Amino acid sequence: MAILEVKNIEKHFGSTQVLRDVSFTMEEGSALAIIGSSGSGKTTLLRCLNFLETPNGGTISVKGETLFDAAMQTKTGDKELREKRLHFGMVFQSFNLFPQYTALENVTLAERLLAAEQPDYKVNKKEILARIDEHGKELLAQMGLSERMDHYPHQLSGGQQQRVAIARALALKPDILCFDEPTSALDPELTGEVLKVIRGLADQKTTMIIVTHEMAFARDVADNIIFMDGGVIVEQGPAHEVIDDPKEERTKQFLSRYTQG
Amino acid sequence: MFWTVTQSLLNGLLTTFEIFILTLAFALPLGLILAFGTMSKFKPLSALIQILVWVIRGTPLMLQLIVIFYGPGMWLGHNIWSGDEAGRIMATVVAFSINYACYFSVIFRGGIEGVPAGQSEAGLVLGMTKTQIFFKITLLQMIKRIVPPMSNEIITLVKDTSLARIIAAYELTFAGYSFMKSAGLTWPLFYTGVFYLLFVGILTLLFNYVEKKLDYFR
Ligand SMILES: Nc1ncnc2c1ncn2[C@@H]1O[C@H](COP(=O)(O)OP(=O)(O)OP(=O)(O)O)[C@@H](O)[C@H]1O
Ligand SMILES: [Mg+2]
Repeated sequence: MAILEVKNIEKHFGSTQVLRDVSFTMEEGSALAIIGSSGSGKTTLLRCLNFLETPNGGTISVKGETLFDAAMQTKTGDKELREKRLHFGMVFQSFNLFPQYTALENVTLAERLLAAEQPDYKVNKKEILARIDEHGKELLAQMGLSERMDHYPHQLSGGQQQRVAIARALALKPDILCFDEPTSALDPELTGEVLKVIRGLADQKTTMIIVTHEMAFARDVADNIIFMDGGVIVEQGPAHEVIDDPKEERTKQFLSRYTQG
Repeated sequence: MFWTVTQSLLNGLLTTFEIFILTLAFALPLGLILAFGTMSKFKPLSALIQILVWVIRGTPLMLQLIVIFYGPGMWLGHNIWSGDEAGRIMATVVAFSINYACYFSVIFRGGIEGVPAGQSEAGLVLGMTKTQIFFKITLLQMIKRIVPPMSNEIITLVKDTSLARIIAAYELTFAGYSFMKSAGLTWPLFYTGVFYLLFVGILTLLFNYVEKKLDYFR
């Protein structure tokens, strides 16, 4: 069974249609790269998955559970919405770390807040917090940031900040981790360290959706690739096929800009 | 003589301090309400508040004070402010609170809107509630943005309290001035200045301390 099933997603802002009949599925443990020119709707699609935008049509199901169905115009309560969001993690282009917290605090904040709502929290507070801290440290170590745990975001390089953001997104163990151009805001010499971390996650079979302009990276790391243009999926398939042997004219045109570059 | 002057000035300082504290106590929450009002999606409300802010910031505080103190008596035929010192202080606090709430609202709004939307979005995707996001993420960032313009405004308020003299409230400047009128002394004026400098000095130290405290992040 597919871990993620997206069907016929539509999204418009006012009169501009941004996503049109977007459908795809993902298998557990696979990595999906989304490529496409600026304004093609990649970010909007990720934002729909993370419930930062509400699609105007379509359905989103995770592990067979329908999280969103535009046809059922019921108002979802705040609490319900939170639970749905937790199926997805999000790594933003601009990191969006919390500046007043250290790297470790950034990673553990959400987990601490969730734990504080559990009934047994008051009794076992010490152990629970210690365990959360331990988990946060493990994640930062995995990101190669053991030495930087007590640094504030402004004391970290862009690449380090993005790695903290990845650890933060992993902390709540999302089913699917989304990346929105994770290296676009970085100096070229810093993109490598972030791509390496994402590659490591792919090797561990983390289910991921990666919006990226790094074509070589997409081909190497992703199992499948979606090419979007003008809010529609123009072509999707195994990574090597889409990059090396695209079927659609628009995909060829788009890719030629990268190979020539 | 020095002792007499000191006592008078301390008396005046008490009134000055009273106006200062009460104005802050009312203007800070009112300013926050106005800030949320201007950001309201209900356009008529936001427009109404923006007009109010424009009028209040566009006219002299002294004029507003005169209108608030004398206006009700002229329009209603009887004064709503009691004729004693307490009534004058109350009128001053009302005029100042409205005036400063408008200035504060602009600062609050800047502070609230200055926190990038990405901060709340990062909180949302981590499953935080709106309340958690406000208290754990955005509030401190707002405070950090607000402190410098706020300290300027609050220091201006200290000096603006002297405007209460126009409706004969016996505040610090009035106290110092009275010795020139009654005894032809000018040195109490400078002595009065020292009082203000100390008041402002303490506030400046306080705000510097807060800014330092918030200096650990950017
Ligand atoms: N909140 C919004 N209101 C109105 N229009 C929007 C909004 N967000 C996005 N759009 C429009 O939707 C279209 C798709 O935007 P989106 O950010 O999803 O593209 P993208 O593929 O991520 O582009 P990029 O590669 O530049 O990040 C664009 O035309 C954009 O102007
Ligand atoms: Mg984008």
